[in-house]
Amino acid sequence: MFEAPSIGDLNIAATLPATLLALGACIFLLVDLFVPKDRKYITALLAAAGLLTSLVLALLSLMNIIEFGSGETAFAGLYIADQFTDVVNVVVLFTGLMGVLVAYNYLDRIGKQRGEYYYLLLFTTVGVMFMGSAGDLVTVFVALELLSIPLYILSGFRWPQEQSEESALKYFILGAFSSGFLVYGIAMIYGATGTTEFRGIWLAVDEIIAQDLSSKYLLLLGAGLTLVGLGFKVAAVPFHMWTPDVYQGAPTSVVAYMSVAAKVGGFAALVRVFASGMSNFVLDGATAAAWQDTMWLIAALTMILGNLVAIVQTDLKRLFAYSSIAHAGYILTAVAAAGSAAVTNEAAQAVAIYLAAYAFTNIGVFAVIISVEKDDSSNTGLDSLRGMSRTQPLLAASMTLFMFSLTGIPLTAGFVGKWFVFKSAIAADLFPVAVIGVLTSLVSAYYYLRIVWLMYFEEGEPQVYIPWPLASAISLAVVGTLLLGIFPYLLQEMAQDIVLAFGR
Amino acid sequence: MKTPEVAIELYILLSAILFIMGVMGVLLRRNAILVFMSVELMLNASNLALVAFSRQWANGDGHLIVFFVITVAAAEVAVGLALIVAIFRTKKSIDIDALHLFKD
Repeated sequence: MFEAPSIGDLNIAATLPATLLALGACIFLLVDLFVPKDRKYITALLAAAGLLTSLVLALLSLMNIIEFGSGETAFAGLYIADQFTDVVNVVVLFTGLMGVLVAYNYLDRIGKQRGEYYYLLLFTTVGVMFMGSAGDLVTVFVALELLSIPLYILSGFRWPQEQSEESALKYFILGAFSSGFLVYGIAMIYGATGTTEFRGIWLAVDEIIAQDLSSKYLLLLGAGLTLVGLGFKVAAVPFHMWTPDVYQGAPTSVVAYMSVAAKVGGFAALVRVFASGMSNFVLDGATAAAWQDTMWLIAALTMILGNLVAIVQTDLKRLFAYSSIAHAGYILTAVAAAGSAAVTNEAAQAVAIYLAAYAFTNIGVFAVIISVEKDDSSNTGLDSLRGMSRTQPLLAASMTLFMFSLTGIPLTAGFVGKWFVFKSAIAADLFPVAVIGVLTSLVSAYYYLRIVWLMYFEEGEPQVYIPWPLASAISLAVVGTLLLGIFPYLLQEMAQDIVLAFGR
Repeated sequence: MKTPEVAIELYILLSAILFIMGVMGVLLRRNAILVFMSVELMLNASNLALVAFSRQWANGDGHLIVFFVITVAAAEVAVGLALIVAIFRTKKSIDIDALHLFKD
């Protein structure tokens, strides 16, 4: 039944940035055993070096300086090396590097300086990279678990602290629950189409629609269950309820990394499965794919709920958990837009642009929260930022920039992201969602700008702790947010070659 | 002796029943280990469906996923049980209703 492919056929070269990091993570896992307890900076440095190497390779590939095999597949179709892969790789590798920078001193402070942290982070990063390059539902599933399982452990990294354990168990139970849905969804899609490869699914969907086979109902069920499974991962309403608790309880350095990496992975998979595999799933002579209505409804609900509930939050970590839910809604708007055949590529580009812009800003925000947090994980309330402009003018200015970016004020990365997302929604005739998006952005200005107000116009003497790795992470986030905001064509250039729709 | 054929619909029906039992178990059970077992039931329901479809389509793709699902489920069990043990040491309980440190 199976024919064993030769090593040459696997085309491993095309997967170089991801496989190299996976190999590195496995080696560091062993090396760490011989690193003495008081010298864990060695493991941290190794992890950073591994991430940097892969990042450089991915950047070279993104800028088309070196081609590891553009548009090719590897591992017999399981892996696709295209422009979307490159963008996802660059974003998540950068996030991983920032994750190491913000974590190192934080782990020292909480007395959990252990090598496990760094290689688990690497494994998660590899998981996200494989998700972004998935060419097959099997890859989506395995990569999703490779992304999730280390994150469950990292959330509980502060054991025996109760909050951390509780967040880990909640994340684990809901994460496992959602992967149950995903696997059943995969089974149904396989049942309807007879294949798990996206290209094969796309061809089979064409046939199902053309001949109006009854297996379209099976496919609809499969698409729905897959959406539930991935919806949990990206924290879309109504599958968002774990997010605030997990973000509040997990160590802040983990949240900084997870809030970006898990989203990048989830959205990359959503785009691959829906925009790429099922963009032609058009029922009964409709103008757009069958999943588009559900997707935009979820996007609208996510934007509304995330932004409204964020208003009443008093804890920074919880507030930014709801803020991250709201941003998932904006990205889902673009995913919904991908359901219109003419806009599929433009929408996929918008998703990539938004993720890149969001990565810089959001990790910067959590880096600032880390700087004010006390060693016993207290002092993450809104009050902890009060009057920051007087004692820490630079930090307050950075935080202000991040808030402007999250609100979507021009000349910041966040504005560019929102611009492309709403543009794709309008191109796909989804005016109501675009309007909801703009209106909820206005609502979000209230709680983002309130933080700016607290820092500049209220009295207080915040105590901050900023060692150089954290400071450099914040500076990188500031530079990225400004650079992408002032020169949006950088993002546009990067994304314009993304082609996900299969040609007829 | 010829073995009687079982229609594929029956397999899928069984897997759907198992899957729904799993979902209900996760939603209704309060003991973390039983919740966890219900998740495993969901995964195994999917495995059954995959194997049945694999036979229907007469290709190996379904079997292939099943192996991955089994392997990943084992990894998940290792992490999950460790978390449950850790939380039992702190709280002396694995009732998921006891997890209520965070509120809006």
